[in-house]
Amino acid sequence: MANFYTENPELSFHLKNSMMERICELKERGYKDKDEFDYAPQDYADAIDSYEKVLEITGEIAAEVVAANAESVDEEGPHCANGRVEYASGTKKNLEAMVQAGLNGMTMPRRFGGLNFPITPYTMCAEIVAIADAGFGNIWSLQDCIETLYEFGNEDQHSRFIPRICAGETMSMDLTEPDAGSDLQSVMLKATFDEKENCWRLNGVKRFITNGDSNLHLVLARSEEGTHDGRGLSMFIYDKNDGGVDVRRIENKLGIHGSPTCELVYKNAKAELCGERKLGLIKYVMALMNGARLGIAAQSVGLSQAAYNEALAYAKERKQFGKAIINFPAVYDMLDTIKAKLDAGRALLYQTSRYVDIYKALDDIARERKLTPEERQEEKRYARLADSFTPLAKGMNSEYANQNAYDCIQIHGGSGFMMEYACQRIYRDARITSIYEGTTQLQTVAAIRYVTNGAYATTLHEFEAIPCAPEFERYMDRIKEMTRKFEACTNAVKEAKDQELLDFVARRLYEMAAVCVMSHLLLQDATKAPELFARSLNVYVNYADAEIEKHFNFIRKFRPEELDNYRY
Amino acid sequence: MSLKIVVLAKQVPDTRNVGKDAMNADGTINRAALPAIFNPEDLNALEQALRLKETHPGSVVTILTMGPGRAAEIIREGLYRGADNGYLLTDRAFAGADTLATSYALAMAIRKIGDYDIIIGGRQAIDGDTAQVGPQVAEKLGLPQITYVEEIEEVADKHIRVKRHIDGGVETVEGPLPIVLTVNGSAAPCRPRNAKLVQKYKRALGGQEKAALTKDGGVLPYAALYESRPYLNIVEWSVSDVNGDTKQCGLSGSPTKVKKIENIVFQAKESKTLTGSDADVENLIVELLANHTIG
Repeated sequence: MANFYTENPELSFHLKNSMMERICELKERGYKDKDEFDYAPQDYADAIDSYEKVLEITGEIAAEVVAANAESVDEEGPHCANGRVEYASGTKKNLEAMVQAGLNGMTMPRRFGGLNFPITPYTMCAEIVAIADAGFGNIWSLQDCIETLYEFGNEDQHSRFIPRICAGETMSMDLTEPDAGSDLQSVMLKATFDEKENCWRLNGVKRFITNGDSNLHLVLARSEEGTHDGRGLSMFIYDKNDGGVDVRRIENKLGIHGSPTCELVYKNAKAELCGERKLGLIKYVMALMNGARLGIAAQSVGLSQAAYNEALAYAKERKQFGKAIINFPAVYDMLDTIKAKLDAGRALLYQTSRYVDIYKALDDIARERKLTPEERQEEKRYARLADSFTPLAKGMNSEYANQNAYDCIQIHGGSGFMMEYACQRIYRDARITSIYEGTTQLQTVAAIRYVTNGAYATTLHEFEAIPCAPEFERYMDRIKEMTRKFEACTNAVKEAKDQELLDFVARRLYEMAAVCVMSHLLLQDATKAPELFARSLNVYVNYADAEIEKHFNFIRKFRPEELDNYRY
Repeated sequence: MSLKIVVLAKQVPDTRNVGKDAMNADGTINRAALPAIFNPEDLNALEQALRLKETHPGSVVTILTMGPGRAAEIIREGLYRGADNGYLLTDRAFAGADTLATSYALAMAIRKIGDYDIIIGGRQAIDGDTAQVGPQVAEKLGLPQITYVEEIEEVADKHIRVKRHIDGGVETVEGPLPIVLTVNGSAAPCRPRNAKLVQKYKRALGGQEKAALTKDGGVLPYAALYESRPYLNIVEWSVSDVNGDTKQCGLSGSPTKVKKIENIVFQAKESKTLTGSDADVENLIVELLANHTIG
């Protein structure tokens, strides 16, 4: 049987990263659940064994069910009738299999029916599902909205809503509106308190809502009348069982056809407040988006893996000029670059998810008891790392997914342009990843402060102190040289003290930081598992070094007055 | 009403992707080249049983399998999907059984289980393709049987109504409980393994598996769990455990003898359709006798 987990041993490698021991210890609170729940792990080794077994289930369903349905789901898509969404028939089968396998509410505590998995193995499941069908990945992985309800909702809300998500009900996050896309401060959906019924009422329109007819919605709405900025927004929970929200239409999209993107009309819909008033955007949506961004990074890595699988199979099989095209340098260069970006991006994804895991587990412990000073330090350190790495993981992996899908079609030649091959679907599905949950440009905005305040440089210097295998020393030297150039560019731009110039070259600085980070991660991975990563380390450092050189050259030669020629 | 359901399941070599090395020179199966799997149609049967468990709360689904110690894997696979318990019939005396000796052993085990409403298995196993074991079990237990089941429609008032697969369509039939059913591959596929159940039962082991782990001074991992969680001990039954007669078990109870095994290459490119007329049947018999397919 095909299995997208066991066929990609890189995943098992990342699961067994040494940071996982601390993560499991925190998440399992010293394995205290083992006496209360028959499926809780006994110790660290047992926990990793359980994660692997569940990843195997996910890998099998992804390969045998979700991948098999991907083409028909893409063609059929969901339908909208009487204000409701009807999923494609393949989507229903996919969901049924995932629910039967108990792969919902994966990160939630066991007392609510969850699996209490750390975010890292959950993110691996999201990647595995996206290898099979990125569109279905959206519907399934929106379950991670429950993290936000868990973090900020009250106990009563926990007990009423979390078990439903663990049992397989779906979620959506209703944020964007016709006039509030990237700029969520402009959200207008109105929330008013109904004194008579003692509940909130929502009125207005939301647009581009993924899985908009879900069972449970987290809704960003304006609760403070007369306000116009983010401080007047609160977060609400809308339960579909209460009614009041209709789907007006489903968007006709370039890709991810299986995932219904909805326009929603709220007509006096009953809702309840999640957390405190006025913190909707500035606190809760930011948390929600950070989780979602990790999810899109995982989706992107899954798409890159799918692109690599398709390209590799075709290049081996297709013969021209008397030999398989994989033997032509022009083709294997593309193929190796796809694989190198895939391995580098995946290393970045799981490094990020591990950072998130540690600080979130500590945050959760802080709700039960006071953290020790050492734990507070640890929480701070990893929260900062997570904040700085999340925009790198999302932005770079989504760009790589697009580049890899493009090269995948290129390797297919004319056949790639025909609708018969899966590569066209991967190409269309990949396109959204660099747009939704914050465009790459907005990831740059989120990341640039860590360029200028030296956070990335500090991390890179810490990485330089990690020993590598002697045969890889030359890569260490090259990456150090790349890092010096990144720092030189950063300093030059900072010294110019020109905000517009900084904004203008921000994307280049962001990419310089990212490729240095990914080169280091591959170096660390290749040192531990050369059989898996030595080749990609070589290919990626060659690629990254050239990227650094390109940006270095651009920034060094660019004169601020040239901006006049760019401005509109 | 709650039901007692026994699922007959077999561990088989995966013959669906047979390569050149599938058979040994002596005509026996090269088990190393073929991974051992849950017989596919037995999974269809398990799914029907699990659906009944959902619609009839309080029902108990028991897996019954016969094989070497490692066939405990079949019981774990059943537990991972929602079965409640299982028994592994394992004894050297069971080895080499043909369908007659297999059905004898299974029938004895079912008698030992005692309390049952439905005995359900796959139509046939992909290693032997005989489709005889289910019907023989029914005969030995003196129970009615329905073969080629595609869907169980209803169980009520000690009666069952099923759809069964026939040439060119389905027919709906009813029968009294207890009953033996064999399920066709066209029935609903089995549900996936469940994440919680896999974590709960992943250390379930049969006696032989435990013995293999502790052989040569090895230590059984998490040994204390097998006392605090009895469900982790997969029950193994020998011939005497099921009050069996050794002469009717295994090789000695098997009148079927393999005379010769040949590698054949399918050559016919066309199929023939015959009517049920006496003339057609007679012609076919003559033809098959002539080319030594039968006789």
